[in-house]
Amino acid sequence: MRQGDARVSWFNARRRRPVAGYTALLLGLVVAGLLYGAFSHTGGTAQASAPAASQSDISTGQDLFESNCSSCHGLEAQGSTQGPNLIGAGAAAVDFQMSTGRMPAKEVGAENERKPPEFTAQQIYQIADYIASLGGGPAIPDAQQVSTSGADTTLGEQLFSTNCAQCHGFAGSGGALTYGKDAPPLTESTPTQIYEAMLTGPEAMPVFADGSISPSAKRDIIAYITQTRVEPNPGGFSLGRTGPVTEGLVIFLGGMGFLVIIAMWITAKRRDPSTTRTE
Amino acid sequence: MSDMEETEGSEGQVTPRRRVIGTPPPAPRLLGSTPVAEDGDSEAGRISDEKGTGEHFRGQLPVDPASEQHAKRAEKVVAACFIFAFIAGCGFIAAYVGLGVHSVDKTLRSNLALGTSLGVTLFALGLGMLLWVRHLMPDVEVIEERHELRSDDVDREAFKETFIQGSEYSQVVKRPLVRRTLLLGTLPLVAAPLVLLRDLGPLPGTYLRHTVWSPGRRLLVFGTNTPITPAEFSAPGSMITIVPEGYTDDPDELVKAGVILIKFRPGELQIPTRTQGSTLIGTMNWTVDNIVAYSKICTHIGCPVALYEQTTHHILCPCHQSTFDAATGATVIFGPAARPLPQLPMTTDAEGYLVAKSDFTQPVGPSFWERG
Amino acid sequence: MSTGNLEVPKPLSGTGGWLDDRFHGARGFRVLMRKVFPDHWSFMLGEIALWSFVILLLTGTFLSLFFVPSMNEVVYHGSYTKLNGIQMSEAYQSTLNISFDVRGGLLMRQIHHWAGDLFMASLIIHMLRIFFTGAYRKPREVNWLIGVVLFTLGLLEGLFGYSLPDDQLSGAGLRILEGVLQGIPIVGTYLAFFLFGGPFPGHDIVPRLYILHVLLIPGILLGLITAHLFIMFHQKHTQMPAKGNTEKNVVGQPFFPYFLAKGGAWFFFIFGALVVLSTFAEINPVWLYGPYTPLAISSASQPDFYMGLLEGSLRIMPAWEINGFGHTLTLSVLIPALLPLGLVLGGAAFWPFFEQWATGDKSYHNINDRPRNAPVRTATGVAVITFYGVMWAEGANDVLADKFQIPLYTITWIARVLVFVGPAIAYFATKRICLGLQRKDKQMLLHGYESGIIRQMPNGEFIEVHKPLSEDARAVLESKAMPALLPAPGSEDTNGIPAPSGRGVLGKARARANRAFAETIVVETNGHGNGHSVGNGHAAAVEAGDGNALVGSPPAGTLPDGTDGVPEDPAGS
Repeated sequence: MRQGDARVSWFNARRRRPVAGYTALLLGLVVAGLLYGAFSHTGGTAQASAPAASQSDISTGQDLFESNCSSCHGLEAQGSTQGPNLIGAGAAAVDFQMSTGRMPAKEVGAENERKPPEFTAQQIYQIADYIASLGGGPAIPDAQQVSTSGADTTLGEQLFSTNCAQCHGFAGSGGALTYGKDAPPLTESTPTQIYEAMLTGPEAMPVFADGSISPSAKRDIIAYITQTRVEPNPGGFSLGRTGPVTEGLVIFLGGMGFLVIIAMWITAKRRDPSTTRTE
Repeated sequence: MSDMEETEGSEGQVTPRRRVIGTPPPAPRLLGSTPVAEDGDSEAGRISDEKGTGEHFRGQLPVDPASEQHAKRAEKVVAACFIFAFIAGCGFIAAYVGLGVHSVDKTLRSNLALGTSLGVTLFALGLGMLLWVRHLMPDVEVIEERHELRSDDVDREAFKETFIQGSEYSQVVKRPLVRRTLLLGTLPLVAAPLVLLRDLGPLPGTYLRHTVWSPGRRLLVFGTNTPITPAEFSAPGSMITIVPEGYTDDPDELVKAGVILIKFRPGELQIPTRTQGSTLIGTMNWTVDNIVAYSKICTHIGCPVALYEQTTHHILCPCHQSTFDAATGATVIFGPAARPLPQLPMTTDAEGYLVAKSDFTQPVGPSFWERG
Repeated sequence: MSTGNLEVPKPLSGTGGWLDDRFHGARGFRVLMRKVFPDHWSFMLGEIALWSFVILLLTGTFLSLFFVPSMNEVVYHGSYTKLNGIQMSEAYQSTLNISFDVRGGLLMRQIHHWAGDLFMASLIIHMLRIFFTGAYRKPREVNWLIGVVLFTLGLLEGLFGYSLPDDQLSGAGLRILEGVLQGIPIVGTYLAFFLFGGPFPGHDIVPRLYILHVLLIPGILLGLITAHLFIMFHQKHTQMPAKGNTEKNVVGQPFFPYFLAKGGAWFFFIFGALVVLSTFAEINPVWLYGPYTPLAISSASQPDFYMGLLEGSLRIMPAWEINGFGHTLTLSVLIPALLPLGLVLGGAAFWPFFEQWATGDKSYHNINDRPRNAPVRTATGVAVITFYGVMWAEGANDVLADKFQIPLYTITWIARVLVFVGPAIAYFATKRICLGLQRKDKQMLLHGYESGIIRQMPNGEFIEVHKPLSEDARAVLESKAMPALLPAPGSEDTNGIPAPSGRGVLGKARARANRAFAETIVVETNGHGNGHSVGNGHAAAVEAGDGNALVGSPPAGTLPDGTDGVPEDPAGS
């Protein structure tokens, strides 16, 4: 600083303080997060109703299939060692697998996890139309079929707890299966995807065809799931909705840990005030 | 922290307080630590004083804290804590009166308000009391003598004598007939409480050996309570929970009679014909169109064995991970269950609905002593 | 200093006098007021359980005013609209009412459940503290046994309590209880039918558990807790080794006003912590579980954490059943249900007497041990913790599998191995660590502590200056009691008569146990505290180890060459 230039700006005066470092870091993280959020590929939600299949859709779908899916599923969707036969799988299965991003699978393994879809909804419908044209199979449900207005959550609760909760958890927070598989949480699935999953039984999930769980019963289950997952937790934070395991962790780490620290404070040796000062 | 080095000599003289990490803490400064006479007898109680003076001190504990200025500040802080507690406490009452419930959202709001105000009240009170002890009350350390726990021999002798004397007066030693018949007389009373518990419940009898499944009883889908045909259950990999017709609302029966229905692809289902003794317990004849029905009650301890993995055709019980292979007669492949799930003999009735051929041919659910 | 111008206020002295006229209370209350309580944070753990129990009583009373302990079926039409029209028991419905229709009801429910969890958690930590400091030794064995009973009753009380709302999760737990009962040989089915008033689920279990939970067990708990506290009062609390603390005194602060104030503050902190938990951490959301139906089950179905040992042992067990002569012995169920918990609780109850038998130590102990000074005890405790912990983790195996992406069966296999190998390794490692810490203590006593001051010697060598320990630290380190060695088997007295305690299988076992307990690092402090001169000549430290058949070892310096004849094992034993 030159002589006479005594005043420093507010910012510069505080630049060297420890808190400045933390502030800069925080700012950087926030900016990075915002940029990521703005530019990242957000998962496309499957539309509630697919447009009717046209011939051009089917041929576009075939092209898409041959260039992206046939390496595992075979050029005529007949299957291979890498992927199952899709003839008869149906449009609903294609829509489910692709709109949840499970397909195209990143590796052949125990199971495929939900990830951002790689195709637009339009493209997915086209591939679905193509597969449906090969051998039929369950169709993509329309908006009315997955609408939950007027649904009976009572029946939904009964059916969910006897057929779904054992894998997906009482509140749909997921659960373990054997050999490294797991039943995913139901927090992100759209009503259409839930319907399609029940209908087609993806991967290890059993099939709940309309003969055993009718379309209206499916709507009731969807209503139960969607209502439960947005329901607030009146008792506080939910601790994951996994039950007593997390509660036990909290009471030991949180409850006992906090109280032990307080006990140490209560019984700490007193500092003699007259000797801790230079008097 | 306090100093690590003290110069010997007069108290109160302290050298600078640098302390190296890892060194043990030095002797604590004990303010006004004077021993106090023990309980009860205020005249006696000459105790060995660790300071070695051998004297008997009484009533010389400092009443006021060492630093009055510090104490005055502490008093203000403690008072502030208590006033804060008062305000929070009033907040609690206001929250109770003002916030209603009767919906999930309102319950959340009410719980938050009541809990926060109550929690603040309690912590403020606790904090105030803690600071009061630590900063307002003078620091004292007091020594109390432990009394001998063992009675002295004189007392023990006296006890023995009194006991023996009483026994002699009671004549119980000299008259064994009285003693023994007393014991005899009270024996049934001891057994009476156990006997009185008999009517807690009925005897199990053969209850656990049978379920309500019987020839021709329809399989109903749980929840909708509708019967089902093989055509409606034709998608391979399907699974559903089944209850017996006529007992859909009877938990005492459902807890034994619940069934899990599974549909296989052609060729996948390969149940060998098995017998236990002379009883047939599993066969492909009990399946219909690659549809098989197993008891849903785990043979380990009785949880509903409900997880079905279509790809591995394993039935997994979530309680203790007993795993059964549905394709081969629900044989156990992992876990603590020792027996396969009983298979329900199944056929179709005249209208094409799935019905039971008969009851299970073995007891369902957890093992019990009389099961055989 | 003087109590000169302070008078007891008239209301107090008036009432006090009235009571004293009738109850002879002056002396007794004075004793109480002056009673000294030693001050260590670990002494406050039992009070967490005590105050949690009080809070349980208070909140439990509130809940019992609204709860309906009945299994009659009703159709729900209430504030939790998602379940409108569902059939449920009155117990479940009243729980929903408490949660959603009674102001403060959810808060009370949550405080009650969190307090129950905290009661058990603090009991575990408190029991561990008592164990590791040897506070269960004479004269406190009876109090220890009362404690073990309190813990067992607490387990039952919690199990019965969370089963009262009759929800899906606790109903599954009751089904498991019934299945376990049913498996007991000969009387199992009868026990199950008598408890449930018939087949499971029946209509009687909730009202019966209710009366056990609100009347019978709390009554017994109250009585036992009172006895536990009274014994502790009468015998006076133990204290930590420190300068000025002896077996014959208690050093601390008087009850009135110090301990009263601290105890009050502690109560408020505990209550406050529970309330904060109940505000921000949801526990037992029964409305999400749904009412109990026999054919529904959820993944991640675990009981409350204190039942984790039982749950894990049921999951870890491989299939094992014996069928014969028309009867079934289901070991898959009986072994897990009875063995691990029986071992832990029975072992706990038995331990003080085992230790007395093994060490032959019949003296009073009012000073706590530092855990490192009792290597066998500490190592056993850590081994039991490892065993308990492996079972507990296995009880959560499906949650662990899901959250950490480990295959389900792999976790069980790891647990099956670890449940045997873990405690063994833990025992060995802990014992060696304890002995190592004892060696460190010996070093500190003999050579002082490292002061961090580096000094250069005239010959150029750098040394770190060791400063002598303060009196307080020295007193703590010197507090280690030397374990006594019983006569070894085969040893004889001067007339050639073999030692009676070493005879027979039990005697040999006792001798082996005794040698294990007696393994320790001996320090001789002949007043050579301030540093040491370089080179030999300071008092030899003797290490008595296993396989040494000598009755103790000769004191240092008795042999002409100044050593003690026992070779010092450089690798340690």
